[in-house]
Amino acid sequence: MSTAVPTVSRASLVARQFLRKRLALGGVAFLLALFALAYLSPLLTKWQYDQLDTTAFLTPPSVGHWFGTTQNGFDVFALTMRGMQKSLVIGLLGALISTGLAAVVGAFAGYFGGRLNTLLVGLIDLLLVLPGFLIISILSPAFHGRTWLIFVLLLAAFQWMITARIVRGMTLSLKEREFVHAARFMGVPGSRIIFRHILPNVASLLIIDATVNVSSLILAEVGLSFFGFGVQPPDVSLGTLIGDYSGSSLSYPWQFYFPAGFLIALVLAINVIGDGLRDAFDPNAGGSVS
Amino acid sequence: MTDDSTPLLEVRDLTVTFASEAGPVRAVRTLSYQVNRGEVLGIVGESGSGKTVSSLAVMDLLPSHARVSGSVRFEGKELVGLGDKELSKLRGRRIAMIFQDPLSALTPVYTVGDQIAEAIRVHQDVSAAAARDRAIELLTLVGIPNPSRRVASFPHEFSGGMRQRVMIAMAIANDPALIIADEPTTALDVTVQAQILDLLQKAREVTGAAILLITHDLGVVAGIADRVGVMYAGKLVETGPVDDVFYRPRMPYTLGLLGSLPRPDQGAHQALTPIEGNPPSLVSLPAGCPFAPRCPLRIERCAQQEPDLVQHAGAHAAACHRSDEVERRRVAGEHVFPPGLVALAAARSPRAEHALVLAVRDLVKEFPVLRGAVLRRRVGSLRAVDGVTFDIREGETLGLVGESGCGKTTTIMEILNLLPPQAGSVAVLGQDAAAMTPDQRFRVRRDIQVVFQDPMAALDPRLPVSDIIGEPLETHGVAAPERARRVRELLALVGLQPEHADRYPQAFSGGQRQRIGIARALALKPKLLVLDEPVSALDVSIRAGVINLLERLKTELGLSYLFVAHDLAVVRHIADRVAVMYLGRIVEIGDVTEVFERPTHPYTQALLSAVPIADPRKERSRRRILLQGDLPSPLDPPSGCRFRPRCPRFAHELDDAGQQLCHKDVALEARAGGAGHLDACHHSRPAPVL
Repeated sequence: MSTAVPTVSRASLVARQFLRKRLALGGVAFLLALFALAYLSPLLTKWQYDQLDTTAFLTPPSVGHWFGTTQNGFDVFALTMRGMQKSLVIGLLGALISTGLAAVVGAFAGYFGGRLNTLLVGLIDLLLVLPGFLIISILSPAFHGRTWLIFVLLLAAFQWMITARIVRGMTLSLKEREFVHAARFMGVPGSRIIFRHILPNVASLLIIDATVNVSSLILAEVGLSFFGFGVQPPDVSLGTLIGDYSGSSLSYPWQFYFPAGFLIALVLAINVIGDGLRDAFDPNAGGSVS
Repeated sequence: MTDDSTPLLEVRDLTVTFASEAGPVRAVRTLSYQVNRGEVLGIVGESGSGKTVSSLAVMDLLPSHARVSGSVRFEGKELVGLGDKELSKLRGRRIAMIFQDPLSALTPVYTVGDQIAEAIRVHQDVSAAAARDRAIELLTLVGIPNPSRRVASFPHEFSGGMRQRVMIAMAIANDPALIIADEPTTALDVTVQAQILDLLQKAREVTGAAILLITHDLGVVAGIADRVGVMYAGKLVETGPVDDVFYRPRMPYTLGLLGSLPRPDQGAHQALTPIEGNPPSLVSLPAGCPFAPRCPLRIERCAQQEPDLVQHAGAHAAACHRSDEVERRRVAGEHVFPPGLVALAAARSPRAEHALVLAVRDLVKEFPVLRGAVLRRRVGSLRAVDGVTFDIREGETLGLVGESGCGKTTTIMEILNLLPPQAGSVAVLGQDAAAMTPDQRFRVRRDIQVVFQDPMAALDPRLPVSDIIGEPLETHGVAAPERARRVRELLALVGLQPEHADRYPQAFSGGQRQRIGIARALALKPKLLVLDEPVSALDVSIRAGVINLLERLKTELGLSYLFVAHDLAVVRHIADRVAVMYLGRIVEIGDVTEVFERPTHPYTQALLSAVPIADPRKERSRRRILLQGDLPSPLDPPSGCRFRPRCPRFAHELDDAGQQLCHKDVALEARAGGAGHLDACHHSRPAPVL
């Protein structure tokens, strides 16, 4: 049977489909470029994000300062790149954690039901009624001085509950579908059924949720940073930059438009990738049948 | 009013086109037919043949993006192009419609009385009180018990059959000249179907209306219609008096349909003759005859020129270049459609010598009935399965039949769960489910697999076929290269191509999907296959192919089947033994020929008498045993014999002493049927009904 057509699994079919989406591939390339730019920027310019140029206050973009400078003489390019390093990680990692948590908790609660369901739904409801902002502010001093990645975890921890409830509801109806019964009757364990049958069938929701989460997490960080939690000066994020300089968007626009432009570009790239991924997962999307 | 010589409804060159992204969908193409006063015209076709669209076009009920051309004349008056206001005067008054789904055809928030009264008052100037009286009168006429009280009930308080009765009451409320019935019994159980068809006949006698009956069921048409039209790919391909079309078909498609239909009155002496392939897409129809790609008689001319509907002897017309040849062959199916592999089981040794594959003893499944929102308390219990006993031996097919709500699905779910039942026992290959360790249970799952009813829901839409069929193999530890080889092997076994493996289920038609479901079930080489209504969601011409496949696999692989179905004709064809369920209990079980030809339990007799047979002469001469009312609620089953409240034998044939006996519980044991043929009736008596 060596000459026969090889059978293809879902993973390779999805990959093949995704590679066919030009726009989404462009999005991936753009996102990688953003990463590279953010982390390699110290090599591109002699200015550091926390370095003052006492000869240039509020100068527009020039050869010396590509994106201009701020009132204190900070280089806007260096600030933007430093901010993007933070925001890329906060957005992407946070979205992955929050959507992943939502998927797993929702699907397990819905599929297994019983006590596990009561427990997980209780947890979801508890977190929903707790004011997340307050908790993070209270907890912040405890983490003070330690890595800001804990902050990403905290942000994600208050982001997943509503999606988890939706996933749970969808799981409740999916689990009565015959293909889930069929898997059960052939002896597939519950956790495998969740990852093989339930979650791929709610993939569209999860992907949309994740793309929305990227931008909402980046912006949620702004609010916290404004009140003195989260990313603290002299360190910056795209969020703090936009927050700080939105007032000068009309008078000294370079301070505001460069960080804002990068945020928009980042979110757009994520959305395009998300769309491509969703189409690649969805057998109904055009062109999936050869 | 015009004189009687003009036809009541005359449809000429009716064409309906829908715009779609893939191009115009030509749902109905130059359709012409007429309905005379007081006659019943049956329009038969498979899904997508345009039968429903054409009937909606008559009433101008199509969505606004449909383009309708041609002519529809009703009582001499042109309807196409008539305004909505004008048409509304006809709809419901002169032309009434009965829809397929009685659940969605009634408004849930108004009482049935109000809805019938509304239908009357829209067209007649009567007072509310008079309309209400008339509604009660109509409900009495359609056989709703206790109508003066039920008139104030809401639709959800009625069963499906009762709702369809209400629909008929609404349809005849204004004494229409034409009733269009679109699949009026498709959603109903067979005994209820018999009641509704009987009622339709009665409605026709009372109002003198003509009936345009649209259905996919040739048996229904055979019994009730005067003339019949067969539709295929948006066109009428054959029309004529019922006897002509059924006994002397002139179109290979009609011939194929008749040949692919299992008959409840004939055993499985030969394989059914399926029609190869699938109906064409209405977007890109072939140039010639749309049936040509599937037709065994096609000649060159068929691919070039689409045949017109040509009038032959009498009123019989067919659209086929070779209709004369088709007519001369006469014998249903056989010559034109060569039967597939005849799957005749070798002469079997006595049943007792074969190993026991599945043994179910006194199985009980009870669901708690809960009340209250916050503090839920148990107020009762619903016994969906109440002491079911049967067994299946190696290489044997047991057909489990019964109407919806009788507990068939609960029974098989209990078996497939392989968990300790609430009472009784389930043993697969001699291993008791109650005594299994999780490890043993996992291994037993290899031997018992399932094929579901709905081929769409049974396959994960997000998995390619290779992963779907490979899933059981992977679960039971088959390595990847061997798995890929088995998947190809299985695809070939069920008649699909190996290169189909990397497609998603969406790319397949219903019949193909069901084959994929069968391939998955066979992947682990099981001993027992549980088939839950495996063909009821498929079109007639596709169904035969799947049934033949199941029969072939059974002989080739030595499988045993537990075949759950409500379609008795299919069971007759495929099963060796049959068990009839009623309200959670088996009322009769035995050899399939025995039970079908000499049923001893009155419920089996009623059930068999209600099955329509696609043979007009036989159908007209049969006597139906009509059951009274609906299935009682399983929450509160009758004491003693559960069938007693609806039993015609109890009501008409028994004296007091005999009736007293029926109040006692009755066990399933050998009575009038002889050994091996058990029933649960105190007054067991064989009576052939087919």
